[in-house]
Amino acid sequence: MSTHRRKKEKRERWGFMESITALLPLNDNYDTMRSRNARTGVLFVLPFILGFLLFMVTPLVQSVIMSLNKVVLVPGEGYQLTWNNFENYKYAMGVDPYFNQYLVDESGRMAINATATLVLSFVIAVILNQKFKGRTMARAIFFLPVILASGVLPGVEKQLDFNMLQGVSDEIAAQSGVNISASLQNLLSISGVGSGVFDVLFDMIDAIYDIVMASGIQIIVFLSGLSAISPSLYEAADVEGCTAWEAFWKITFPMVSPLLLVNAIYTIIDFFMKNDNKVMEWINTQFTRTRYGESTAESWIYFGVALAFIGIASLVISRVVKQYDS
Amino acid sequence: MTAKTESLSREKARSANKKSGGYLFRSGVKRWTISIVRGLLIFGLCFMIIQPMLTRFGSSLMEERDLYDATIVLLPRNVTLDNYRIVFDLTTFPRSMINTAWTSLIVSVLQVIACTLVGYGFARYEFPLKRFWFACVVLMIIIPPQTIATPLYMNFRYFDIAGIIKTFRGEPLNLLSNITPYMLMSATCMGLKDGLYIYMLRQYFKGIPKSLEEAAYVDGCSTLRTFTTIMLPDALPTVLSCFLFSFVWQWTDLFYTRNFLKSMPIYSTELSSILTRMGRYFSADAEKAVIIPPARQQQLVSIGVLICCIPLIILYIFTQRTFVESIAMSGSKE
Repeated sequence: MSTHRRKKEKRERWGFMESITALLPLNDNYDTMRSRNARTGVLFVLPFILGFLLFMVTPLVQSVIMSLNKVVLVPGEGYQLTWNNFENYKYAMGVDPYFNQYLVDESGRMAINATATLVLSFVIAVILNQKFKGRTMARAIFFLPVILASGVLPGVEKQLDFNMLQGVSDEIAAQSGVNISASLQNLLSISGVGSGVFDVLFDMIDAIYDIVMASGIQIIVFLSGLSAISPSLYEAADVEGCTAWEAFWKITFPMVSPLLLVNAIYTIIDFFMKNDNKVMEWINTQFTRTRYGESTAESWIYFGVALAFIGIASLVISRVVKQYDS
Repeated sequence: MTAKTESLSREKARSANKKSGGYLFRSGVKRWTISIVRGLLIFGLCFMIIQPMLTRFGSSLMEERDLYDATIVLLPRNVTLDNYRIVFDLTTFPRSMINTAWTSLIVSVLQVIACTLVGYGFARYEFPLKRFWFACVVLMIIIPPQTIATPLYMNFRYFDIAGIIKTFRGEPLNLLSNITPYMLMSATCMGLKDGLYIYMLRQYFKGIPKSLEEAAYVDGCSTLRTFTTIMLPDALPTVLSCFLFSFVWQWTDLFYTRNFLKSMPIYSTELSSILTRMGRYFSADAEKAVIIPPARQQQLVSIGVLICCIPLIILYIFTQRTFVESIAMSGSKE
């Protein structure tokens, strides 16, 4: 099977000369079926190729250049660049009072929230895959956050919280004892149980609203994987005397685990690009203060961190998935 | 009569339970417990999602003094619609909403057309550097738009092709004064989250059996006609759901809107700066801003959010099935 597949791939690969002759007229290779198909394919993908070259590659290169230079706006001319020896990166890592702090904060929050989002969306998807009354309604509601937590919407109210409401609402909560996890936390710490693990757990509980609001797409993706599992698998397991718990770990989890990676990557990206993210906000602030060089340098560092997280997540998860593949 | 049959069936169930050694009873209890726990969990989480909207709606109808009254939590005592009028003024309401609607529509239609073509190309054709280009699509999904925002902005602000325009006009063209650059970006798959739509559509097209097209080709159908009459109708639910996603996300988008649609009031940008404008609105002197109590601020911001959401929620109610089901379908072919 694998050798066959490799052979097929080899046949489909394009050599350098072959690809040029396929695209240019007046040669023998031009009028073959394969070349004709290739030209149609390129035509279909052309919008993307054009857009990528015009609006992605050029700005990307310029952005790297800008992050390495001092950028000064010249009215009526555009901007002027002066090489300043990685000064922008040094600024981002050493001088900027907020960037580092926000980056560490948000990365920590991301690690906790992403894990919780994955677990919660998987559990919810398993529940929503069962048959019960009002399932359609429940599905519709769980998917609503895709709308309600997009774009400006979460950011506007967070802005308000940051400004002044945070202090007030914390005080009110402390006085009235509304904050359940806080009082539980107090109780545990008095009795000497409180530790780092509990702190993480309490952070998750306090962030449950954010987590549910961020898991709309993930639930749907898991749900699609779950509904694709054939019921006869469960029947066979049941006949063999398998309990529901065993069936979950031996059938459900392995069947859905490939989607874990997709979801993990989506969750990380989604978190890093949200408008209510402090780092994002800060980079935008720098931009509006016309610190163009600094803001691009900071966004490159930010992108590097996001990429590192995606790399780690895919390494860990692919190991888990591979275990099930064999 | 019915009572009699009921007692009879109850008798029967009891004897069946006895025969099974209590198994039926135990499994029944288990089933009930599971469904009760499940119901509570689902209800709780659903309530958590919907509750903020309900609170917002409740507080939006309150007069200002109701906000400071500790005995009033959800329902207003003095109902008023004045708050909506204030928010309308703050966000230049009808105009900004109309602008949002038509820009979102144009942009998302362009995006979906481009992404459908590209997705089909990636799913069905072999061409040089295909893997490389697809890697670029993935790169596009994970690269934060902030990284390229500055140079893109500069490009369009001081638009020039090799100095030609400057020699004629004396200064470079400012393309940011209209919607053209953003339309160009959407038509070439470089808009908001376009990588994701390409990925979804490619996934769907890959799942359609190849023999369908081959049959069409054998019957003498051209490539374009095969695409429009055979593939497109089949993929319509996925295309539609991509359109809805794109429309909704464009509607609430702040980042691209703030950078590329500066020339006209768009609801999302108006909403994002509502706090700063509020202070000036309430003061008698247009130069000085007054400090507004936090509760009042929150009320007005909530109304702004509510106004932004209502059209989308109405849209969602009608298209909910397309949203949920077609994602489920495209996902299953990972």
